[in-house]
Amino acid sequence: MTSLLRVRDINFSYAGPILQGVSFDAAEADIVAVLGPNGSGKSTLLKTIVGILSPKSGTVSVESRDLAKLSRREAAQLIGYVAQESASMFPLTAMEYVLLGRFAFGKLIGFESDEDVREATRAMELTETYSFKSRPISELSGGERQRVMFARAIASRPRLLVLDEPAANLDIAHQVKMLDLMKRLTQERGMTVVLVTHELNLAAEFATRVLMLKSGRVHAFGEPSQVMTQRKLRELFEANLMVDVNPMSGAPRVTVSASDALH
Amino acid sequence: MRAAAMTGQAAETRLWMRERLTRRRLAITIASLLVILAVLSMAAIAIGSEHIAFGEILNVMVSEITGRASGIQPEHQTIIAEIRLPRVLMAIIVGASLSVAGAGYQALLRNPLADPYILGISTGAAVGAILATLYGQALFVSRPLAAFVGALVTIGVVYVLGRGRQGTSTDRLILAGVITNSFCSSIVIFLLTALAGSRLPSAFSWLMGDMSGEFRLIPAAFVLMAAGMVVIFGCARSLNLLMIGEEDALALGVDVKRVKLVVYITASLITGASVAISGVIGFVGLIIPHAVRLAGGSDNRLVIPASALAGAAFLLLADTAGRTIVAPREIHVGVITALVGSPVFVYLLLRRMD
Repeated sequence: MTSLLRVRDINFSYAGPILQGVSFDAAEADIVAVLGPNGSGKSTLLKTIVGILSPKSGTVSVESRDLAKLSRREAAQLIGYVAQESASMFPLTAMEYVLLGRFAFGKLIGFESDEDVREATRAMELTETYSFKSRPISELSGGERQRVMFARAIASRPRLLVLDEPAANLDIAHQVKMLDLMKRLTQERGMTVVLVTHELNLAAEFATRVLMLKSGRVHAFGEPSQVMTQRKLRELFEANLMVDVNPMSGAPRVTVSASDALH
Repeated sequence: MRAAAMTGQAAETRLWMRERLTRRRLAITIASLLVILAVLSMAAIAIGSEHIAFGEILNVMVSEITGRASGIQPEHQTIIAEIRLPRVLMAIIVGASLSVAGAGYQALLRNPLADPYILGISTGAAVGAILATLYGQALFVSRPLAAFVGALVTIGVVYVLGRGRQGTSTDRLILAGVITNSFCSSIVIFLLTALAGSRLPSAFSWLMGDMSGEFRLIPAAFVLMAAGMVVIFGCARSLNLLMIGEEDALALGVDVKRVKLVVYITASLITGASVAISGVIGFVGLIIPHAVRLAGGSDNRLVIPASALAGAAFLLLADTAGRTIVAPREIHVGVITALVGSPVFVYLLLRRMD
């Protein structure tokens, strides 16, 4: 199977090295969960995949096209991105905000096409945000805003969707809903997802691949059942984690214990 | 409770109407503002120590354009064509430019409090303009060009001073602007008292705006400033994305570096040109885009052209008030705009701190 996303030997430094020789592939419809402790370079990796940051060396290609050779506009047509938090002082309405996701498809000067409005509406229906399409985003709750941001990212029908902690502000029901929607879109649209998350059990349930990142290096990469082992996770987070099997899904199940059995 | 529910409902209806900006809403808004501006212009020409009837104004305009005799009193012809009309045109182009520059800086800096005056850019431009007038003949720089350079240098300094470790922070930026403004004001006063003698209008005129002189610069300034506003309007869609953050804008396909460069330079250009012909007039670029956003939403495709027209109308109103309320004396137009603008600034600042 050809890979939709190829990341090859990415190095990035800012004051000190942040990413060192990171490589991995993702196929069409893959969901890659990037796991790792704080400061391990997860967000930086996502930004190099989106093309917001240029790596010192190494290449990122999407559908066999080298990201460094694409214009911002061409890249935006292929890749959707949701940052950790994107606040705006200006009260754009939720609909106006989602329509920004269609920018790369329209003219630099002018108005959104009917298709732009159709896609934005569809994205808002999927994320259950259409009911407050006219509310200013500055007045939305954290969870509502996160869903609007997600709608903005899928309104462009990206081939690759890159998400930085997309569920951080959501309650457990909305987290599962968003991940279900993500899974559905990977199957219906053949979209590939790369996401950073701290929800280890949700990653185990929904991801097809897990990328463990430690101090800017790939600690492990593979299917959740193969790499989310007790040993690997303890090494990764240096925390007292226990892993067994979720009796309902068969996926790895991670639990924490307060006692310091590790030492 | 009932009152709260009702205001909630009112807000729902009001906002439902503006789910997003459409061509139709833009056209209606612009057309209405054009009508208001035209009526205000006629009124501003009519009002003054010598009252002039609307019919006479139209007659003079027709005669000026066609070259035929207007058949009205020659004194009135002179008052209209040589005194009031140029002044009206000046208020229109300066009010429009300052508002568009304000809207541009606000989107770039992601800060609704940005304004060419509050950021110190206008006063920086005044320093350039005064230097050019004092030494311009030796240096071959015209006053508007020097004002433009002054504006550009100032925005650079304020941007660097206002940049914290985590990008530009609002409060730092405003503080940097206030300090820069204060510094540039001192230089203006120093230059004018120590060096200029009677060759230049007083420092007061420079620092508080003066709509009564420099009419000969109007045609060139009009073309330059109108072109600048068109360029910024052309970036409106990209500015919508820049408003939500540079990284998001990059990810969504905006050529961020290019848009920032174009808008910074153009906004500084039209600020510099405004200052060169009329001195420093504060707060227009703050109040007007804010009022437009409140009434019509934050989409820059509306905010920029509507601010141009509303800003023109506002400055026209302020200048007409300034020259009539204590006639025959004149209050500088910048005094009027500051009287209106400072409370608005305080209100916005307090609201943001909640």
